[in-house]
Amino acid sequence: MILLGPLELALAALLVLGSAALAFALRLGLTASLLIAGTRMVVQLLLVGLILKVVFDRVDLTWIGIIALVMLIVAGYESAARQKRRLAGAWSIGIGVAAMFLSTFTVTVLTLVVILGPSPWYTPQYAIPLLGMLLGNTMTGVALGLDRLTQTLWVQRDAVEARLMLGHTWREAVTDIRRDCMRAGLIPTLNAMAAAGIVSLPGMMTGQILAGAPPVEAVKYQILIMCLIMGATTGGTAFAVQVACRRLFDARERLRLDRLRAP
Amino acid sequence: MTEARQLDVEGLRFGGVGPVDLWLAPRECLALGGPSGAGKSRLLRAIADLDVHEGRVACQGTTAEALEPSEWRRRVGMLAADSRWWRDRVDEHFAAPPAGEMLEALALDEALLRAPVAKLSSGERQRFALLRLLANHPRVLLLDEPTANLDPDNALRVEHLIADYRRSEGAAVLWVSHDPQQMRRVADRRLRLEGGRLVQAPDTEPIGDAPR
Repeated sequence: MILLGPLELALAALLVLGSAALAFALRLGLTASLLIAGTRMVVQLLLVGLILKVVFDRVDLTWIGIIALVMLIVAGYESAARQKRRLAGAWSIGIGVAAMFLSTFTVTVLTLVVILGPSPWYTPQYAIPLLGMLLGNTMTGVALGLDRLTQTLWVQRDAVEARLMLGHTWREAVTDIRRDCMRAGLIPTLNAMAAAGIVSLPGMMTGQILAGAPPVEAVKYQILIMCLIMGATTGGTAFAVQVACRRLFDARERLRLDRLRAP
Repeated sequence: MTEARQLDVEGLRFGGVGPVDLWLAPRECLALGGPSGAGKSRLLRAIADLDVHEGRVACQGTTAEALEPSEWRRRVGMLAADSRWWRDRVDEHFAAPPAGEMLEALALDEALLRAPVAKLSSGERQRFALLRLLANHPRVLLLDEPTANLDPDNALRVEHLIADYRRSEGAAVLWVSHDPQQMRRVADRRLRLEGGRLVQAPDTEPIGDAPR
Protein backbone atom coordinates (compact mmCIF):
# COMPACT_ATOMS: atom_id res chain seq x y z
CA MET A 1 0.00 0.00 0.00
CA ILE A 2 1.38 3.43 -0.96
CA LEU A 3 1.12 5.69 2.10
CA LEU A 4 -0.09 9.28 1.63
CA GLY A 5 1.74 12.19 3.27
CA PRO A 6 0.77 15.87 3.75
CA LEU A 7 2.45 16.79 0.46
CA GLU A 8 0.37 14.29 -1.55
CA LEU A 9 -2.85 15.50 0.09
CA ALA A 10 -1.87 19.14 -0.46
CA LEU A 11 -1.39 18.41 -4.16
CA ALA A 12 -4.88 16.85 -4.30
CA ALA A 13 -6.27 19.89 -2.46
CA LEU A 14 -5.00 22.06 -5.33
CA LEU A 15 -7.91 20.62 -7.34
CA VAL A 16 -10.37 22.14 -4.85
CA LEU A 17 -8.59 25.50 -5.11
CA GLY A 18 -8.63 25.14 -8.91
CA SER A 19 -12.38 24.45 -8.87
CA ALA A 20 -12.95 27.50 -6.65
CA ALA A 21 -10.86 29.66 -8.99
CA LEU A 22 -12.84 28.41 -11.99
CA ALA A 23 -16.13 29.10 -10.18
CA PHE A 24 -14.91 32.64 -9.40
CA ALA A 25 -13.80 33.27 -12.98
CA LEU A 26 -17.13 32.03 -14.37
CA ARG A 27 -19.10 34.06 -11.76
CA LEU A 28 -20.95 30.91 -10.64
CA GLY A 29 -21.46 32.21 -7.12
CA LEU A 30 -20.13 28.88 -5.82
CA THR A 31 -16.60 29.88 -4.82
CA ALA A 32 -17.29 30.17 -1.11
CA SER A 33 -19.42 27.00 -1.09
CA LEU A 34 -16.64 24.98 -2.74
CA LEU A 35 -13.98 26.25 -0.33
CA ILE A 36 -16.18 25.73 2.74
CA ALA A 37 -17.22 22.23 1.60
CA GLY A 38 -13.58 21.30 0.93
CA THR A 39 -12.36 22.60 4.29
CA ARG A 40 -15.30 21.03 6.14
CA MET A 41 -14.63 17.67 4.48
CA VAL A 42 -10.95 17.72 5.49
CA VAL A 43 -11.72 18.68 9.11
CA GLN A 44 -14.56 16.15 9.45
CA LEU A 45 -12.54 13.28 8.02
CA LEU A 46 -9.44 14.07 10.08
CA LEU A 47 -11.56 14.14 13.23
CA VAL A 48 -13.27 10.89 12.27
CA GLY A 49 -9.88 9.33 11.58
CA LEU A 50 -8.69 10.28 15.06
CA ILE A 51 -11.89 9.10 16.74
CA LEU A 52 -11.89 5.82 14.82
CA LYS A 53 -8.27 5.19 15.81
CA VAL A 54 -9.23 5.47 19.48
CA VAL A 55 -12.37 3.36 19.07
CA PHE A 56 -10.58 0.69 17.02
CA ASP A 57 -7.92 0.40 19.71
CA ARG A 58 -10.42 0.05 22.59
CA VAL A 59 -13.11 -2.27 21.07
CA ASP A 60 -15.65 -1.05 23.65
CA LEU A 61 -19.38 -1.54 22.91
CA THR A 62 -20.35 1.67 24.77
CA TRP A 63 -18.08 3.80 22.63
CA ILE A 64 -19.23 2.11 19.46
CA GLY A 65 -22.84 2.63 20.56
CA ILE A 66 -22.23 6.36 21.14
CA ILE A 67 -20.62 6.78 17.74
CA ALA A 68 -23.46 4.85 16.06
CA LEU A 69 -26.00 7.07 17.84
CA VAL A 70 -24.26 10.27 16.73
CA MET A 71 -24.14 8.96 13.16
CA LEU A 72 -27.85 8.11 13.33
CA ILE A 73 -28.92 11.51 14.68
CA VAL A 74 -26.83 13.40 12.13
CA ALA A 75 -28.31 11.22 9.35
CA GLY A 76 -31.83 11.94 10.69
CA TYR A 77 -31.11 15.67 10.70
CA GLU A 78 -29.62 15.60 7.20
CA SER A 79 -32.53 13.61 5.78
CA ALA A 80 -34.93 16.23 7.18
CA ALA A 81 -32.82 19.16 5.97
CA ARG A 82 -32.95 17.87 2.38
CA GLN A 83 -36.75 18.09 2.23
CA LYS A 84 -38.36 21.24 0.90
CA ARG A 85 -41.65 20.88 2.81
CA ARG A 86 -41.09 18.74 5.81
CA LEU A 87 -43.34 17.62 8.63
CA ALA A 88 -43.52 20.21 11.38
CA GLY A 89 -42.09 19.71 14.85
CA ALA A 90 -39.92 16.74 15.67
CA TRP A 91 -41.80 14.49 13.23
CA SER A 92 -39.51 14.98 10.27
CA ILE A 93 -36.28 14.15 12.09
CA GLY A 94 -38.09 11.58 14.25
CA ILE A 95 -39.40 9.61 11.28
CA GLY A 96 -35.98 9.69 9.60
CA VAL A 97 -34.20 8.52 12.75
CA ALA A 98 -36.76 5.76 13.43
CA ALA A 99 -36.68 4.54 9.83
CA MET A 100 -32.88 4.46 9.70
CA PHE A 101 -32.56 2.93 13.13
CA LEU A 102 -34.95 0.10 12.32
CA SER A 103 -33.49 -0.66 8.89
CA THR A 104 -29.75 0.02 9.15
CA PHE A 105 -29.17 -1.19 12.70
CA THR A 106 -31.10 -4.41 12.05
CA VAL A 107 -29.23 -5.11 8.82
CA THR A 108 -25.84 -4.21 10.34
CA VAL A 109 -26.28 -6.40 13.42
CA LEU A 110 -27.63 -9.31 11.40
CA THR A 111 -24.74 -9.04 8.96
CA LEU A 112 -22.18 -8.91 11.77
CA VAL A 113 -23.69 -11.83 13.65
CA VAL A 114 -24.89 -14.09 10.84
CA ILE A 115 -22.67 -13.36 7.83
CA LEU A 116 -19.32 -11.88 8.85
CA GLY A 117 -19.01 -13.23 12.39
CA PRO A 118 -16.05 -11.17 13.70
CA SER A 119 -15.07 -11.70 17.33
CA PRO A 120 -16.45 -9.86 19.21
CA TRP A 121 -19.45 -9.30 16.91
CA TYR A 122 -19.21 -5.52 17.35
CA THR A 123 -15.57 -5.29 16.23
CA PRO A 124 -15.49 -1.60 15.20
CA GLN A 125 -13.37 -2.19 12.10
CA TYR A 126 -16.41 -4.00 10.62
CA ALA A 127 -19.34 -2.48 12.52
CA ILE A 128 -18.69 1.22 11.93
CA PRO A 129 -17.89 1.21 8.19
CA LEU A 130 -20.86 -1.12 7.54
CA LEU A 131 -23.25 1.07 9.49
CA GLY A 132 -21.84 4.19 7.83
CA MET A 133 -22.39 2.86 4.31
CA LEU A 134 -25.93 1.72 5.13
CA LEU A 135 -26.82 4.99 6.90
CA GLY A 136 -25.51 7.11 4.04
CA ASN A 137 -27.52 5.28 1.41
CA THR A 138 -30.68 4.87 3.47
CA MET A 139 -30.54 8.57 4.36
CA THR A 140 -30.67 9.43 0.66
CA GLY A 141 -33.58 7.05 0.11
CA VAL A 142 -35.55 8.38 3.08
CA ALA A 143 -34.90 12.01 2.17
CA LEU A 144 -35.90 11.53 -1.48
CA GLY A 145 -38.96 9.47 -0.59
CA LEU A 146 -40.24 11.97 2.00
CA ASP A 147 -39.42 14.99 -0.17
CA ARG A 148 -41.40 13.47 -3.05
CA LEU A 149 -44.28 12.61 -0.71
CA THR A 150 -44.74 16.04 0.84
CA GLN A 151 -44.23 17.86 -2.47
CA THR A 152 -46.66 15.63 -4.36
CA LEU A 153 -49.33 15.84 -1.69
CA TRP A 154 -48.94 19.61 -1.66
CA VAL A 155 -49.33 19.90 -5.44
CA GLN A 156 -51.98 17.18 -5.83
CA ARG A 157 -54.00 17.87 -2.70
CA ASP A 158 -57.17 18.62 -4.69
CA ALA A 159 -56.94 15.26 -6.47
CA VAL A 160 -56.31 13.45 -3.18
CA GLU A 161 -59.26 15.21 -1.58
CA ALA A 162 -61.42 14.46 -4.63
CA ARG A 163 -60.78 10.80 -3.90
CA LEU A 164 -61.61 11.26 -0.22
CA MET A 165 -64.87 13.01 -1.24
CA LEU A 166 -65.76 9.91 -3.26
CA GLY A 167 -65.36 7.71 -0.21
CA HIS A 168 -61.85 6.42 -0.84
CA THR A 169 -59.87 5.60 2.29
CA TRP A 170 -56.68 7.58 2.90
CA ARG A 171 -54.70 4.52 1.83
CA GLU A 172 -56.54 4.30 -1.48
CA ALA A 173 -56.23 8.06 -1.99
CA VAL A 174 -52.42 7.93 -1.79
CA THR A 175 -51.73 4.53 -3.40
CA ASP A 176 -50.22 5.95 -6.59
CA ILE A 177 -48.34 8.69 -4.75
CA ARG A 178 -46.84 6.25 -2.29
CA ARG A 179 -45.63 4.05 -5.12
CA ASP A 180 -43.96 7.06 -6.78
CA CYS A 181 -42.26 8.01 -3.51
CA MET A 182 -40.83 4.53 -3.06
CA ARG A 183 -39.54 4.61 -6.62
CA ALA A 184 -37.96 8.04 -6.04
CA GLY A 185 -36.26 6.80 -2.89
CA LEU A 186 -34.88 3.65 -4.50
CA ILE A 187 -33.68 5.09 -7.83
CA PRO A 188 -30.15 6.00 -6.60
CA THR A 189 -29.66 2.48 -5.22
CA LEU A 190 -31.08 0.87 -8.36
CA ASN A 191 -28.83 3.06 -10.53
CA ALA A 192 -25.78 2.21 -8.43
CA MET A 193 -26.52 -1.51 -8.72
CA ALA A 194 -27.16 -1.32 -12.46
CA ALA A 195 -23.98 0.66 -13.13
CA ALA A 196 -21.78 -1.23 -10.67
CA GLY A 197 -18.64 -2.51 -12.32
CA ILE A 198 -19.58 -1.25 -15.79
CA VAL A 199 -20.05 2.50 -15.56
CA SER A 200 -18.41 2.94 -12.19
CA LEU A 201 -16.27 1.03 -9.77
CA PRO A 202 -18.03 1.36 -6.42
CA GLY A 203 -16.20 3.43 -3.80
CA MET A 204 -15.68 0.73 -1.23
CA MET A 205 -14.28 -1.73 -3.76
CA THR A 206 -11.99 0.94 -5.20
CA GLY A 207 -10.76 1.71 -1.67
CA GLN A 208 -10.00 -1.91 -0.93
CA ILE A 209 -8.17 -2.40 -4.22
CA LEU A 210 -6.12 0.77 -3.66
CA ALA A 211 -5.30 -0.51 -0.17
CA GLY A 212 -3.90 -3.68 -1.75
CA ALA A 213 -6.75 -6.17 -1.38
CA PRO A 214 -7.08 -8.78 -4.17
CA PRO A 215 -9.79 -7.60 -6.65
CA VAL A 216 -11.89 -10.75 -6.27
CA GLU A 217 -12.04 -10.31 -2.49
CA ALA A 218 -12.91 -6.63 -2.92
CA VAL A 219 -15.68 -7.61 -5.35
CA LYS A 220 -17.14 -10.10 -2.86
CA TYR A 221 -17.34 -7.40 -0.19
CA GLN A 222 -18.90 -5.01 -2.68
CA ILE A 223 -21.59 -7.55 -3.58
CA LEU A 224 -22.33 -8.03 0.11
CA ILE A 225 -22.56 -4.28 0.69
CA MET A 226 -24.79 -3.70 -2.35
CA CYS A 227 -27.25 -6.34 -1.12
CA LEU A 228 -27.27 -4.83 2.38
CA ILE A 229 -27.79 -1.32 0.99
CA MET A 230 -30.72 -2.51 -1.11
CA GLY A 231 -32.35 -4.16 1.91
CA ALA A 232 -31.78 -1.28 4.32
CA THR A 233 -32.80 1.43 1.84
CA THR A 234 -35.99 -0.38 0.82
CA GLY A 235 -36.99 -1.05 4.42
CA GLY A 236 -36.09 2.43 5.66
CA THR A 237 -37.79 4.27 2.80
CA ALA A 238 -40.94 2.14 3.03
CA PHE A 239 -41.19 2.75 6.78
CA ALA A 240 -40.59 6.51 6.48
CA VAL A 241 -43.06 7.01 3.62
CA GLN A 242 -45.72 4.92 5.37
CA VAL A 243 -45.44 6.75 8.71
CA ALA A 244 -45.27 10.19 7.09
CA CYS A 245 -48.35 9.36 4.98
CA ARG A 246 -50.28 8.37 8.08
CA ARG A 247 -49.17 11.53 9.85
CA LEU A 248 -50.51 13.66 6.99
CA PHE A 249 -54.00 12.28 7.55
CA ASP A 250 -55.78 12.52 10.89
CA ALA A 251 -58.02 9.98 12.62
CA ARG A 252 -60.97 11.15 10.47
CA GLU A 253 -58.84 10.64 7.35
CA ARG A 254 -58.65 14.33 6.50
CA LEU A 255 -55.62 15.48 4.54
CA ARG A 256 -53.67 17.60 7.04
CA LEU A 257 -51.19 19.69 5.07
CA ASP A 258 -51.16 22.11 8.01
CA ARG A 259 -48.81 19.57 9.57
CA LEU A 260 -46.15 20.54 7.02
CA ARG A 261 -43.71 23.37 7.57
CA ALA A 262 -43.55 26.07 4.89
CA PRO A 263 -40.30 25.91 2.87
CA MET B 1 -88.24 14.10 14.41
CA THR B 2 -84.49 14.18 13.97
CA GLU B 3 -84.48 10.68 12.44
CA ALA B 4 -86.64 11.86 9.54
CA ARG B 5 -84.04 14.41 8.63
CA GLN B 6 -81.71 13.52 5.81
CA LEU B 7 -79.03 15.89 7.08
CA ASP B 8 -78.83 17.50 10.48
CA VAL B 9 -76.17 20.08 11.35
CA GLU B 10 -76.01 21.50 14.88
CA GLY B 11 -73.57 24.05 16.27
CA LEU B 12 -71.07 23.60 13.45
CA ARG B 13 -68.02 25.85 13.87
CA PHE B 14 -64.91 26.07 11.73
CA GLY B 15 -62.31 28.77 11.08
CA GLY B 16 -64.25 31.69 12.59
CA VAL B 17 -67.58 30.64 11.03
CA GLY B 18 -70.56 29.47 13.04
CA PRO B 19 -72.26 28.20 14.98
CA VAL B 20 -74.21 26.98 11.96
CA ASP B 21 -77.43 25.02 12.38
CA LEU B 22 -79.32 23.61 9.43
CA TRP B 23 -81.27 20.56 8.42
CA LEU B 24 -82.52 19.00 5.23
CA ALA B 25 -85.57 16.79 4.78
CA PRO B 26 -85.47 13.88 2.32
CA ARG B 27 -85.79 15.11 -1.30
CA GLU B 28 -85.28 18.70 -0.17
CA CYS B 29 -82.90 21.12 -1.90
CA LEU B 30 -81.49 24.00 0.09
CA ALA B 31 -79.67 26.70 -1.85
CA LEU B 32 -76.87 28.50 -0.10
CA GLY B 33 -75.68 31.94 -1.19
CA GLY B 34 -73.52 34.63 0.27
CA PRO B 35 -70.49 36.72 -0.57
CA SER B 36 -67.24 35.12 -1.72
CA GLY B 37 -65.07 34.19 1.23
CA ALA B 38 -68.06 33.87 3.58
CA GLY B 39 -67.23 30.18 4.11
CA LYS B 40 -69.79 28.42 1.87
CA SER B 41 -67.28 25.93 0.43
CA ARG B 42 -65.73 25.44 3.86
CA LEU B 43 -69.18 24.71 5.26
CA LEU B 44 -69.62 21.92 2.69
CA ARG B 45 -66.13 20.62 3.46
CA ALA B 46 -66.86 20.58 7.19
CA ILE B 47 -70.12 18.68 6.62
CA ALA B 48 -68.22 16.18 4.42
CA ASP B 49 -65.73 15.92 7.32
CA LEU B 50 -62.83 17.06 5.15
CA ASP B 51 -61.82 19.87 7.51
CA VAL B 52 -61.47 20.04 11.26
CA HIS B 53 -64.64 21.42 12.86
CA GLU B 54 -66.73 21.42 16.03
CA GLY B 55 -70.37 20.49 16.27
CA ARG B 56 -72.67 17.64 15.32
CA VAL B 57 -73.44 16.47 11.80
CA ALA B 58 -75.76 13.53 11.17
CA CYS B 59 -77.23 11.82 8.14
CA GLN B 60 -80.54 10.00 8.72
CA GLY B 61 -79.82 10.12 12.45
CA THR B 62 -76.30 8.63 12.22
CA THR B 63 -73.51 11.01 13.16
CA ALA B 64 -70.31 11.27 11.11
CA GLU B 65 -68.23 9.95 14.01
CA ALA B 66 -70.32 6.80 14.19
CA LEU B 67 -69.17 5.83 10.71
CA GLU B 68 -65.82 5.23 9.08
CA PRO B 69 -64.80 8.47 7.31
CA SER B 70 -64.95 6.79 3.90
CA GLU B 71 -68.47 5.46 4.59
CA TRP B 72 -69.62 8.91 5.76
CA ARG B 73 -68.29 10.52 2.58
CA ARG B 74 -70.06 7.95 0.44
CA ARG B 75 -73.34 8.81 2.16
CA VAL B 76 -72.71 12.56 2.21
CA GLY B 77 -71.06 13.13 -1.18
CA MET B 78 -69.46 16.41 -2.12
CA LEU B 79 -68.83 17.80 -5.60
CA ALA B 80 -66.15 20.51 -5.69
CA ALA B 81 -66.35 23.48 -8.04
CA ASP B 82 -63.44 22.13 -10.11
CA SER B 83 -63.33 18.43 -10.81
CA ARG B 84 -60.10 16.55 -10.16
CA TRP B 85 -58.83 13.38 -11.82
CA TRP B 86 -55.95 11.09 -10.96
CA ARG B 87 -55.81 8.52 -13.76
CA ASP B 88 -55.31 9.06 -17.48
CA ARG B 89 -58.65 7.93 -18.89
CA VAL B 90 -62.16 8.91 -17.81
CA ASP B 91 -63.45 5.33 -17.40
CA GLU B 92 -60.59 4.49 -15.05
CA HIS B 93 -62.38 6.65 -12.46
CA PHE B 94 -65.58 4.57 -12.57
CA ALA B 95 -66.03 1.17 -10.94
CA ALA B 96 -68.73 0.48 -13.56
CA PRO B 97 -69.53 2.59 -16.64
CA PRO B 98 -72.39 5.05 -15.99
CA ALA B 99 -75.79 4.08 -17.39
CA GLY B 100 -76.58 5.20 -20.93
CA GLU B 101 -79.56 7.29 -19.83
CA MET B 102 -77.39 9.20 -17.34
CA LEU B 103 -74.88 10.02 -20.10
CA GLU B 104 -77.74 11.01 -22.35
CA ALA B 105 -79.30 13.21 -19.67
CA LEU B 106 -76.05 15.20 -19.51
CA ALA B 107 -75.46 15.12 -23.30
CA LEU B 108 -72.22 13.17 -22.87
CA ASP B 109 -71.00 10.93 -25.67
CA GLU B 110 -70.25 7.38 -24.48
CA ALA B 111 -67.00 7.41 -26.49
CA LEU B 112 -65.68 10.12 -24.16
CA LEU B 113 -65.47 7.50 -21.41
CA ARG B 114 -62.44 5.98 -23.13
CA ALA B 115 -60.85 9.38 -23.85
CA PRO B 116 -57.94 10.83 -21.90
CA VAL B 117 -59.19 13.22 -19.20
CA ALA B 118 -56.88 15.93 -20.57
CA LYS B 119 -58.80 15.94 -23.89
CA LEU B 120 -62.13 16.81 -22.25
CA SER B 121 -63.42 20.35 -21.79
CA SER B 122 -63.82 21.60 -18.22
CA GLY B 123 -67.61 21.36 -18.66
CA GLU B 124 -67.41 17.72 -19.80
CA ARG B 125 -65.12 16.90 -16.89
CA GLN B 126 -67.53 18.52 -14.45
CA ARG B 127 -70.50 16.55 -15.80
CA PHE B 128 -68.54 13.29 -15.61
CA ALA B 129 -67.52 14.21 -12.06
CA LEU B 130 -71.21 14.49 -11.15
CA LEU B 131 -71.88 11.01 -12.58
CA ARG B 132 -68.84 9.69 -10.69
CA LEU B 133 -70.32 11.04 -7.46
CA LEU B 134 -73.84 9.76 -8.13
CA ALA B 135 -72.43 6.26 -8.70
CA ASN B 136 -71.96 6.08 -4.90
CA HIS B 137 -75.73 6.72 -4.42
CA PRO B 138 -75.13 9.41 -1.76
CA ARG B 139 -78.08 10.25 0.49
CA VAL B 140 -76.99 13.87 0.72
CA LEU B 141 -75.38 15.86 -2.09
CA LEU B 142 -73.14 18.80 -1.23
CA LEU B 143 -72.75 20.73 -4.46
CA ASP B 144 -70.25 23.59 -4.63
CA GLU B 145 -71.19 25.68 -7.66
CA PRO B 146 -71.61 22.56 -9.78
CA THR B 147 -72.55 24.46 -12.93
CA ALA B 148 -70.01 27.30 -12.72
CA ASN B 149 -68.09 25.91 -15.72
CA LEU B 150 -71.14 25.01 -17.81
CA ASP B 151 -73.02 26.77 -20.58
CA PRO B 152 -76.71 27.51 -19.85
CA ASP B 153 -78.02 24.40 -21.68
CA ASN B 154 -75.72 22.04 -19.83
CA ALA B 155 -76.38 23.82 -16.54
CA LEU B 156 -80.10 23.08 -17.05
CA ARG B 157 -79.30 19.43 -17.84
CA VAL B 158 -77.40 19.15 -14.56
CA GLU B 159 -80.28 20.78 -12.67
CA HIS B 160 -82.76 18.30 -14.17
CA LEU B 161 -80.57 15.27 -13.46
CA ILE B 162 -80.15 16.31 -9.83
CA ALA B 163 -83.90 16.92 -9.46
CA ASP B 164 -84.54 13.42 -10.87
CA TYR B 165 -81.94 11.95 -8.51
CA ARG B 166 -83.57 13.64 -5.51
CA ARG B 167 -86.96 12.26 -6.48
CA SER B 168 -85.83 8.71 -7.26
CA GLU B 169 -83.34 8.25 -4.39
CA GLY B 170 -84.93 10.49 -1.76
CA ALA B 171 -81.64 12.35 -1.45
CA ALA B 172 -81.29 15.84 -0.01
CA VAL B 173 -79.19 18.53 -1.68
CA LEU B 174 -77.23 21.47 -0.30
CA TRP B 175 -76.44 23.60 -3.34
CA VAL B 176 -73.99 26.50 -3.22
CA SER B 177 -74.57 28.94 -6.03
CA HIS B 178 -73.92 32.54 -6.99
CA ASP B 179 -76.77 32.54 -9.52
CA PRO B 180 -80.05 33.84 -8.00
CA GLN B 181 -82.14 32.55 -10.91
CA GLN B 182 -80.68 29.10 -10.58
CA MET B 183 -81.26 29.12 -6.84
CA ARG B 184 -84.93 29.94 -7.36
CA ARG B 185 -85.20 27.20 -9.99
CA VAL B 186 -83.61 24.38 -7.99
CA ALA B 187 -84.22 25.10 -4.32
CA ASP B 188 -87.11 24.57 -1.90
CA ARG B 189 -85.48 26.92 0.62
CA ARG B 190 -82.75 29.51 0.31
CA LEU B 191 -80.26 30.72 2.92
CA ARG B 192 -77.31 33.08 2.93
CA LEU B 193 -74.08 32.63 4.81
CA GLU B 194 -72.70 35.99 5.87
CA GLY B 195 -70.77 37.26 8.84
CA GLY B 196 -70.24 33.66 9.90
CA ARG B 197 -73.98 33.00 10.34
CA LEU B 198 -76.77 31.53 8.26
CA VAL B 199 -79.61 33.94 7.55
CA GLN B 200 -82.84 33.64 5.64
CA ALA B 201 -82.55 34.92 2.07
CA PRO B 202 -85.58 37.14 1.49
CA ASP B 203 -87.32 36.74 -1.87
CA THR B 204 -87.06 40.44 -2.56
CA GLU B 205 -83.29 40.53 -2.27
CA PRO B 206 -80.69 38.83 -4.36
CA ILE B 207 -79.41 35.78 -2.55
CA GLY B 208 -76.35 35.25 -4.67
CA ASP B 209 -73.52 37.60 -5.45
CA ALA B 210 -75.20 39.10 -8.49
CA PRO B 211 -75.06 42.89 -8.88
CA ARG B 212 -77.94 44.59 -7.15
